[in-house]
Amino acid sequence: MAAGGEPVWIALPPGLLRMRRLMLVVWLGLLTLATALVPGLLAGPGWAAFAVLPSALTIWGWVLLERNWRSWRYAERADDLLISRGVLWRQETVVPYGRMQLVEVTSGPVERYFGLASVQLHTAAAATDATIPGLDPAEAERLRDRLTELGEARSAGL
Amino acid sequence: MTAPGVHEDVRERRPVSERRLHPVTPFRRAWAPVAVMIGWALHDPDQAQRQLTRLTPTALLIGLAVLLPAAALYGFLTWWFTRFAVTDSELRIRTGLLFRRTAHIRLERIQAIDVTQPLLARVAGVAKLKLDVIGTDKKDELAFLGAGEARALRAELLARAAGFAPETAHEVGEAPSRQMLRVPPGVLAVALVLTGATWGWLVVAAVVLPLLWTATHSLWTVLAVAVPLLGAAGASSVGRFVAEYDWTVGESPDGLRIDHGLLDRAHETVPPGRVQTVRIVEPLLWRRRGWVRVELDVAGSSNSLLLPVAPREIAEAVVARVLPGVSVPPREALTRPPRRARWCVPVWWRGYGLAVTDAVFAARHGLLRRSLALVPHAKVQSVRLVQGPWQRARGVADVHVDTGANKSVTARLRDADEAAELLRAQAERSRTGRRDARPDRWMA
Repeated sequence: MAAGGEPVWIALPPGLLRMRRLMLVVWLGLLTLATALVPGLLAGPGWAAFAVLPSALTIWGWVLLERNWRSWRYAERADDLLISRGVLWRQETVVPYGRMQLVEVTSGPVERYFGLASVQLHTAAAATDATIPGLDPAEAERLRDRLTELGEARSAGL
Repeated sequence: MTAPGVHEDVRERRPVSERRLHPVTPFRRAWAPVAVMIGWALHDPDQAQRQLTRLTPTALLIGLAVLLPAAALYGFLTWWFTRFAVTDSELRIRTGLLFRRTAHIRLERIQAIDVTQPLLARVAGVAKLKLDVIGTDKKDELAFLGAGEARALRAELLARAAGFAPETAHEVGEAPSRQMLRVPPGVLAVALVLTGATWGWLVVAAVVLPLLWTATHSLWTVLAVAVPLLGAAGASSVGRFVAEYDWTVGESPDGLRIDHGLLDRAHETVPPGRVQTVRIVEPLLWRRRGWVRVELDVAGSSNSLLLPVAPREIAEAVVARVLPGVSVPPREALTRPPRRARWCVPVWWRGYGLAVTDAVFAARHGLLRRSLALVPHAKVQSVRLVQGPWQRARGVADVHVDTGANKSVTARLRDADEAAELLRAQAERSRTGRRDARPDRWMA
C-alpha cells in the first residue's frame, strides 16, 4: 500500500529541458538564418522578413518545451509505477511491477553529452508506453535496479 | 523447478532423440516452380509462346535433366537437415542447410497449439503442427508430420507443458475432450447471409460498376474493378463459410479444443489460462435472432475466433468456461458515459458502456454492431488514462487497459473523476487478480 494513498511525484531534472531547448535553438536558428539569407540575397532585403516565421516558432517552442517538461513526472508506489505526462493530451500510465518484462536504460550521444539517460519499461503488451526520459544516469540506474528487483519479487508473467 | 538437482540429473541421463519430419515434406514446395512458369505464361502469352517454340527437345531434356535432380536434391537435403526433438522442457527444431538455425521453444510458455491440414495434406495424410509462443514465426512450425504422429506429438507436448513427469508424459496420451458446442451448417449459412460485409461489397459493386461502364465503356476497366469487389464479397461469405464450416468447440483438461474447416481442417488447442481477452460481437442483423460471435485473443497466436455464431446464452456459457470465474455482465450492468460526452462523439457515445466486476473489466462500443470486450483483471499488463483538450473541456477521459495479446480495451468518455478512480482501482485489481490465477503448468 502506498503511504497515505497519495503518490509521491518526482519531477524530471532540468537537464532535459536544457537539451531540448538547445536542440530547438540550433535547428530553428539555422532555419531562421536560411529563410533570412536566401530570399534576402536573391529577391531583395525586404524578403528577409520571412525569417519572422521561424523565429516566432522558436519562441513558441521555447515556452512549449518548458510546459511539456513540467508535465512529466513519475511516482514509485509500493506495487506499481505511475508516469504522468502531457499538457494538452494528458496521459497517465500505471504499470504494476509484477508485469515488467524488461527495464531498459538508453542514452544517445546528445543525451550523454548533457548527462542524461532514459528508462523504458516493457511489459508483455506492446501498447504499454512507459518511458521516463531525461533522468540523471545515476537515478536511471537506481530506478532500473529497483524496478528489476521489485519486478522479480512480484513477477507474474502473462 | 522445485528440485533443480534432480531435474538436471534426469536430463543428463535421458538421451534426446531427434526425429525428422514426414518424408512427404520435400514435395510441399514442388508446385512453386510450376506456378512461376504458369504465372509467367499468363502474364506474357506471346513471349512465352515464342520462347517455347525456340526450345528444341534436346534443350528441354537437358534442362529437365539438370533442374529436376537439383530441385529434388535441395528438397531432400532441407528435409534431411530439419530435425526436431522434445526434451523435458523444450521443443527443439534444427533447420537449415547453409544457415543453421536452432529454435528452442519452452513448453511452459506455450499459448496455443495448432494442428492444421490443408486440403492436399489431408489427401496425403499429413498435418502441420505449430506452437504459438510469443515471438515464434512461420519458420517454427513442423510441416509436415504424419496425421497420427501430429496428434500424438500434440498430446505429448501438452502433457509436458501441463507438468506431467517426463517419464510418463509419453504415455499420458490425448486428454478426453467433451464437446461443448457444434455450429450447424444451416445456422452458419444464415448468419453469413445476415452479415453486412457481403452486402456492403455487393452494393458497392452494383453502384460503381454501372457508373464505370457509362463513364469509360471499357470492358477491361470494369473487369479490373469488378474482380476485387466480387472477390471481397466472396471471401466474406463463401470463404468464411468454408473456413468456419463444422465449427466444434470442446473442453478437455488440456484446455479448449477448436476444430473447424470444410476443405482445410484446423485443430487448435488453447491451454487453460491463456486467453487474454474475449470479445462478444453482435452485428445489427443478428440481434433479432439473439445470435452473437465470440472472438478471443491469445498472446502470440493469430487465431482469434472462438465461436462464429451462437445464441447468446450458449455463448455466455462458453465464455464462462474459457475465463473461469467470469460471468458476462448483463446489458443493464453497463453504464453509459455522461450525457455531456455527446459533444465529443455525437450519437455514437450511446454505444459506449463500461462494467467492472470482481473478475473482469468489460467495455462495450458500437451502436449498430455492438462489441463487448472482456479482460480478466489478472491479464491486465498496464493501465493508461488519456485525455485530449476537447475531452478535458467536457470533463471526460478514456481509460485504456493493455493486455499481453497486444490488444488494448478502451473504456471511452468516462467522467474524469471516475476515470482517475478507475485507473487507481484497476491497477490494484490487476495486481491482486493475479494471485489466484492458475500456474503456467496447469497439472503440476
